Amino acid sequence: MSTLEIKDLHVSVTTEDGPKEILKGVTLTIKDGETHAIMGPNGSGKSTLAYSIAGHPKYEVTGGSVTLDGEDVLAMSVDERARAGLFLAMQYPVEVPGVSVANFLRTAKTAIDGEAPKLRTWVKDVNTALGANGLDASFSQRSVNEGFSGGEKKRHEIAQLNLLQPKVAVLDETDSGLDIDALKVVSEGVNTFAQGGDKGVLLITHYTRILRYIKPDFVHVFVAGKVAESGGAELAEQLEAEGYDKYVAAAR
Amino acid sequence: MTVIDETPAAAQAVETGKVSSHLHPEPGYDLALHPVPTGREEIWRFTPLKRLQGLLDDQASDAHLSWTTQLPAGVTLTPISGEEARELGEFLPFDRLAALAVAHAGGAMLLDIPAEAELDEPVRIDLEGTGLDQVVWGQVIVRVGRFARATVVIEHRGQARYSHATTVLVGDGAQLDLVTLNDWSDDSVHAGQVGIRVGRDARVRASEFTIGGDLVRTSTNVEYAGPGGDAELLGLYFVDAGQHIEHRLFVDHTAPKTKSNVTYKGALQGEGARAVWIGNVLIRKVAEGIETYEENRNLVLTDGCQADSVPNLEIETGEIEGAGHASAIGRFDDEQLFYLRSRGIEESEARRLVVHGFFNDLIRRVGVPELEERLRAVVEAELERHVLTDGQA
Repeated sequence: MSTLEIKDLHVSVTTEDGPKEILKGVTLTIKDGETHAIMGPNGSGKSTLAYSIAGHPKYEVTGGSVTLDGEDVLAMSVDERARAGLFLAMQYPVEVPGVSVANFLRTAKTAIDGEAPKLRTWVKDVNTALGANGLDASFSQRSVNEGFSGGEKKRHEIAQLNLLQPKVAVLDETDSGLDIDALKVVSEGVNTFAQGGDKGVLLITHYTRILRYIKPDFVHVFVAGKVAESGGAELAEQLEAEGYDKYVAAAR
Repeated sequence: MTVIDETPAAAQAVETGKVSSHLHPEPGYDLALHPVPTGREEIWRFTPLKRLQGLLDDQASDAHLSWTTQLPAGVTLTPISGEEARELGEFLPFDRLAALAVAHAGGAMLLDIPAEAELDEPVRIDLEGTGLDQVVWGQVIVRVGRFARATVVIEHRGQARYSHATTVLVGDGAQLDLVTLNDWSDDSVHAGQVGIRVGRDARVRASEFTIGGDLVRTSTNVEYAGPGGDAELLGLYFVDAGQHIEHRLFVDHTAPKTKSNVTYKGALQGEGARAVWIGNVLIRKVAEGIETYEENRNLVLTDGCQADSVPNLEIETGEIEGAGHASAIGRFDDEQLFYLRSRGIEESEARRLVVHGFFNDLIRRVGVPELEERLRAVVEAELERHVLTDGQA
């Protein structure tokens, strides 16, 4: 059983004109077995929420709390958060030249499990996870994300999700820049993970398109740094038809 | 017979005339051409002259490094006179260091790889310094006969004050992998001029790894004896506290349709760690259709380090395939560290991976499998000593 609980989270970034508040009191609870979609217009703070949960140093938490099964996530370092069971699939995965995917995955798996994966099954597990996301085995010998197309980077993120098996996955616009085939592959990867049991998913997206393949239990409209409205899957359909205008106007 | 093969090529190269580049004074044997520098000259302004420990002094010495060699069948190593070295077409000294080395070396060592030889194992030359008492002057000629294929590994170790002038003559159609490791004691000083003349359609890959020494200054000069030559110059360095590591490269495109690619990468750590990289490329009028690219990247691991990176490109013809350069001095990429750490990898381990990756790219290109393993180990040892502990601090 795992629960990610975000309460009244306030986050600022430093700008040339001083600190600027991006998140203005976010409250969300993601229990295992639940998939939550966060939808919002550009600049609403969706990515800030994702990176703040992961602990990116650029974002300063000025108030509120984030806990995973009662443990204070905000007190943890970036890597401690991952070892505690959080995973962030990034919108723009970072290239790490000279570090092979194989080495990277093995090092990450070892860190998260606290022991090296069994050599006999590991290579097969890696190839299976890559293959399921449409990446052939040769990718394991390439440098992490280097020279990958936009779609390949996203597939690689989901392959990591499948291998590392966190408790809660935060997916930051994993659907952006994907063609329909890649979108289906990636969605299947996320669904496989979500059905693994005891898993929570926080799916951040700008478009409703991905929700045809990943069925959310809850949909939250995110505007001006906080949740403006929450509902079920039907809320996504309403957004598809009406857009964000109503919420953006109300937030002004 | 190979002597006859090489001589015309050397003569032809000399005909291309004196270097018009303002970055290089006129080369020559005469010490009068190379007065004691003040430190303000273009070629000296980055070097702490006092730390050269007598390498600029016109003083004879008969000290030698200790040579241990492994020569595959057919390969010979013989002492020759300075005169013979000139006749073979050695590079003229570009600076006072090399001029003094040639003047006082008392003859050269000639490593001869015969024409059409196909060496299955590397030529190994281990040079060990045995103390700082006397300066060691050295003069070395490496001659690779036409169509030969060879790997030559030269390792510098021990404690020394050493200055040498080395010429590498790569015959037409030959393929040479030259790997040099500079891993001296912390109080050693090493200056070297390495001239590489690339024959027609020949390919040379020269990799240089500088790890140890109080001061190391190497100047590598490449020119082409005919069209179609290809030179790849790779360098890796690890500069620790108080060390001065300087690599100077000069690629002189003296023939058409030639290629050069220079990649030097280094990491600096500790108070007073100093790296200098000068990358000069001259594309002469005759050098139509050439292709050149040079790149230097410095990873600054701690405070208190200084890196200078100066790429220069002089172009006398626009009729070329391509020319470019890149230079960077930077700290750890925070986004790379964040990405790795967001997968559960501890900060110290993430740093280790990033530095490994930084160098791996280069080590992979060395092209000598049994050496790659060792070079990785060298990097690993440096990391164990410093980055890991710093990362955890």
